[in-house]
Amino acid sequence: MKYMLLFKETEADLAQRNDPEKAPAYWGAWAAYCEALAGSGIMQSGEGLQPPSTATTVRIRDGKREVHDGPYPESKEMLGGFFVIDVPDLDAALEWAARSPSASYASTEIRPVLPPMTEA
Amino acid sequence: MNTQAIIEEIARDSYGRLLAYLAVRAGDFCAAEDALSDALLEGLRQWPETGVPANPCGWLMAVAKRRLVDAARHQAVHRREEEKIGLLIEQAQTAELPDDRLKLLFVCTHPAIDFAARTPLMLQTILGLDGGRIASAFLTSPATMHQRLVRAKSRIRAAGIPFRIPEAAEWPERVGFVLDAIYAAYSTGWDCAAEGGDSQLAAEAVFLARLLVRELPSEPEVRGLLALMLHCEARRAARFSSRGAFIPLSQQDPALWDYAMIREAESHVAQAAQLGRTGRYQLEAAIQSVHAARRDHPSINWPIILEFYDALIAQSDGIGASIGRAAALTESGDPQAALDALNRLPSQRVANHQPYWATRGHVLECCRRPEEARQAWQRAIGLTETPSLRAYLSDRMVRVGEERD
Repeated sequence: MKYMLLFKETEADLAQRNDPEKAPAYWGAWAAYCEALAGSGIMQSGEGLQPPSTATTVRIRDGKREVHDGPYPESKEMLGGFFVIDVPDLDAALEWAARSPSASYASTEIRPVLPPMTEA
Repeated sequence: MNTQAIIEEIARDSYGRLLAYLAVRAGDFCAAEDALSDALLEGLRQWPETGVPANPCGWLMAVAKRRLVDAARHQAVHRREEEKIGLLIEQAQTAELPDDRLKLLFVCTHPAIDFAARTPLMLQTILGLDGGRIASAFLTSPATMHQRLVRAKSRIRAAGIPFRIPEAAEWPERVGFVLDAIYAAYSTGWDCAAEGGDSQLAAEAVFLARLLVRELPSEPEVRGLLALMLHCEARRAARFSSRGAFIPLSQQDPALWDYAMIREAESHVAQAAQLGRTGRYQLEAAIQSVHAARRDHPSINWPIILEFYDALIAQSDGIGASIGRAAALTESGDPQAALDALNRLPSQRVANHQPYWATRGHVLECCRRPEEARQAWQRAIGLTETPSLRAYLSDRMVRVGEERD
């Protein structure tokens, strides 16, 4: 079964990426996690994301396009990256989510992936 | 204290005892649980007006019994057997409450119940832990855990699992299941939550093991398990520095260990040994006893530890004992043999096993292969859940290759 692990991070967590003192530990933990995932053979796909400040959001309301700078809605924890893994069940996905660095400083969400849409 | 608080206190202290008593007599978990929660609700409703009775437990028991009898009568139209049960419950004495938790332990860990449900079921029924907490401790979604528990309880009823202490012939295997479930609760408490673990869950596992020792004093493995957990508990204060940094056993300050607990553990190890049937938990406790001797004899007796590990490996097919043995081999001065032993473990079993990679890093460092040590630790870090342990491993990874003093 495929699950997406969504790594949520706060602005302060994300700021570690460019903090010369904290960046090595931050990236080190994520690199180790990626390697463990790769070694287990369950990894399907995934990317880290640029911080939410680089986001642009579009909504269509009453037929009009509204384009905003930044993510929508503003919340404390934002998406820092995601992986799709293929594991037997939710318990296995939870085990991997618990190992992600963001689980110990912010949170990691687990969502089953929709099956591919079939042609009508 | 208000009624709500009193009820909560009773629920916490006596839930398992009350439930065990009711379930054993009704032969049905679900009915007993329903009756008990009805009684608790009734108390919550009545006591603010009437005052809390002198013997609140007895009161709750009387109400719950009445509920069970009513429910049994209600169904007696269909099942005559239930009528008999109703009568049994009615005749049972309320004044003196025998401790039936042992029977309940055997029911919860019956081989007919899904392995994954045994420990959670035990925690819920004997200790009254709520489902959400159990789910978190076992890293399972609350919905899944709830389902698992409900299925286990209906299975007990459907399969007619008897509420009794098993016959002598099935004794060793059945006691083994009970011990495994208690140890699973303990390890979960030890590993889970952040730094320091879930000490309440660990304490409850120790409580259950003590109960078991009292009931089954001549089962050596029961004492072995209690001794093993006491040895671990004794080191709680020494596991982390004042700044919260993880400290491995070999670097812990023995002055911080709890010697009352260690003495108690030693006495159980000794009593178990006299019973003359060795087993996994006794061996693991014995290994911990050798480590605990470090306060008085700074040099650890590694050859005897290796002997215990050999015996342990002969008894079980788990990879934990092999990894422990490799670590001990390294400490006794033969890291190359340790590395060979680690290399012989099946790769699919160790791929996601954090202790394997952490130990491998250490063994490789002692073999003076820093680059490979770094890679092993990197893998271990990625498999680690707790920040303190992650920080400890990162630190070793950074410092590998520097001269060890």
